[in-house]
Amino acid sequence: MKHKTFFWFFLPTAVAMLLFIAMPLVSVVMQSLFTPHEQVFKIVETCDPFGCKQSTGIDLEATNSLRAEKPLGRFAGLNIYLDRGHLASSEVAAAWLKSDGIGAFFNAIGNLPFYRAMAFTLTFTFLVTPLAIILGFVIAVSVNSLHRHLKGLVIFFSLLPMIVSPLIGSLVLFWMIDSRGILGNALQWLFQDPDLSLKASTGLTWVMLMVYGVWHTAPFAFVVFYAGLQTLPQDTLESSMIDGASRWQQIKYVVIPHIMPLVTFVALIQLMDNFRVFEPIVGFNASAHATSLSWFIFNDLAGETRLLSSASTTSVLTILGVCILLSPVLVRTWRDFNRKV
Amino acid sequence: MLLKRIALTSALVLTASAAFADCTISGRVSIIGNEFPAIQTIGAGASECTGGEVTTNLTADHQTLNVPGMQGDPAEYTSAIVANSSIVALMNDDLIRPLDDLIAEHGQDLQKSQLITIDGKVMAVAFMANAQHLVYRSDVLAKIGVDVPTTYEEMLAAAEMIRSQGIMENPVGGAYASGWNLAQEFNNMYIGMGGEFFSAGTAEVSINNAQGVATLEMMKSLSEYMNPDFLTHDSNATNAEYRAGNVALMNMWGSRAASLVEAEGVAQEVVDGMAIAGPMTVGGGNIPATTLWWDGWTVSKNISDEDAAATFIALTHAIRPEMLNEETSSQAVWLISGYEPTDASEGVIAAANAGSVPYPMLPFQGLLHTALGAELTDFMQGKEDAATALADIEAAYNAAAKEKGFL
Repeated sequence: MKHKTFFWFFLPTAVAMLLFIAMPLVSVVMQSLFTPHEQVFKIVETCDPFGCKQSTGIDLEATNSLRAEKPLGRFAGLNIYLDRGHLASSEVAAAWLKSDGIGAFFNAIGNLPFYRAMAFTLTFTFLVTPLAIILGFVIAVSVNSLHRHLKGLVIFFSLLPMIVSPLIGSLVLFWMIDSRGILGNALQWLFQDPDLSLKASTGLTWVMLMVYGVWHTAPFAFVVFYAGLQTLPQDTLESSMIDGASRWQQIKYVVIPHIMPLVTFVALIQLMDNFRVFEPIVGFNASAHATSLSWFIFNDLAGETRLLSSASTTSVLTILGVCILLSPVLVRTWRDFNRKV
Repeated sequence: MLLKRIALTSALVLTASAAFADCTISGRVSIIGNEFPAIQTIGAGASECTGGEVTTNLTADHQTLNVPGMQGDPAEYTSAIVANSSIVALMNDDLIRPLDDLIAEHGQDLQKSQLITIDGKVMAVAFMANAQHLVYRSDVLAKIGVDVPTTYEEMLAAAEMIRSQGIMENPVGGAYASGWNLAQEFNNMYIGMGGEFFSAGTAEVSINNAQGVATLEMMKSLSEYMNPDFLTHDSNATNAEYRAGNVALMNMWGSRAASLVEAEGVAQEVVDGMAIAGPMTVGGGNIPATTLWWDGWTVSKNISDEDAAATFIALTHAIRPEMLNEETSSQAVWLISGYEPTDASEGVIAAANAGSVPYPMLPFQGLLHTALGAELTDFMQGKEDAATALADIEAAYNAAAKEKGFL
């Protein structure tokens, strides 16, 4: 393609990418580097139906003139990144100096919101992603060997967890696993423990969130693998049968190598999605036991006083986290690509 | 037949003219507010006005929508229905206008006590009051032979008796869901213990003290008599536990008391046994461990004077004394002249008479509330001690307050 043709061909895409991907990124980074002006207080008399009293209020005129002078706010540099709500540099340093052992240090770190959220998020990501891929693959292989009359129906039901909106799906499960719900009650009966409550224990809440995560994301892996199985070279499969390969050997030496590129693709997407785990935490009301970076953004923006800089900082950290997480897979794809060329 | 139809038609015409007669507006009215029966009544009242377009958006998510919806010029919402906590966000961003001129022109009938005055300017018009107070089961208390508790210590003693006599396993209810609800319960108890949230006149938080520790210990003791899932129970879930007959004592919102046992399928003993009392005190203090709340409406700053006048007239119409009738009277503790308290309002009125304090209208109170909601959970689960929890809360608040420019 000529350079000129390529330029005009690519221009609309480039403009769209600039507008909808690059600009918001720049805006988020900017917002994370600036914080609102210092508030000017004044003592005002406040009267409500319950009486009058002196209280602290904001001097709007003074604050507005500050804002008019510098609309972006105060330049904070990396202050927000390093404060207690995020990377907590000084708290981590203090914990390192004070703790007498590595265990005590990790305990102190675990008390900081960012590191606690990372502990859950990474556990979630690295357990749910492989489990969902394995489960999705098993479903795909099983559905593929079904009679064609049954396939449509089974595919539809297998996709249901993905079709149901995540918030609704998690709410439904949340009610079912309540100690008075059908699953919660069944578990109490199964383990002969009337006080068993999934919602009251951190460990069990994590398990519950991860089971939900696998339940919700396996259909995506299933659909992709099922599509891949339709292009399986029948010749290779037949020759392997003639050579006397068992079903397990067929899967191991023919099917899996064939869909390996799809596994990379699904892993990429799901690592990204699982790192941003959010809906189940809200749906399961689980923020006492498990938080994630996405939940922090939500919490910063949902309070009565919204923390825009803090939310932007968390967004940038999420993007950085996703980049780090995906880098091994991306490097591998790049190497594969170069080898082929 | 014909006569009947004529009678019906004229009755309709009469009611219609009665409703529409006194409210004509010339401007746009667009209201955002919370969603519960009393506020729906206000929204419907404002919609009776003719001559201009009246739209309402009543949703539980009003707090996340009202600031962005009022920042534009002209603002999408001409009025936000707020409470003492949520007016602060609108004031901090300078989004609502002083109402003194409009009151002089159109609001002569409003009572002085309804006007929320800040620094000499009226910023909102209150129409109802609310508070959390005791809701209990009179039949259960009669069974164990105990008087209605007036302190949290008596509540604990009663709860122990109910459990040990095998009447209920977890007799105490509480909206202790992590987040806003849990923080609110801390606020109540801390006020009851006589604590001050901030050093006077500054934004410096001061909850890491003896009252703070006592507050947390009382909350922990109460939670031992609650459903083990208490950190996931908001006020809806707590009410459901009460309806199901699993709870005998709880601190609940007045605005929810009237409709508490109206749901379908509530056992007759729960309906008959439901009773309301004033809020309790704690730790030997005189101030009840609760906060007083008002709900009121505001008028946007970034709209034309014409729309502002229309909004003011429509909302004044919605809270005129004639709107009180049998149905609306029980929906809230109205601050409107001519309101006759109903049985359901007993708790809120007792709270006001007992000298309860209003939820603080400080610009930085919301930040402390958020910090409390996120950091208290470790203590409630027994993962850390009270002093560490309070230090964590202060640290989380300080980080947020520094970012916002309060410190």
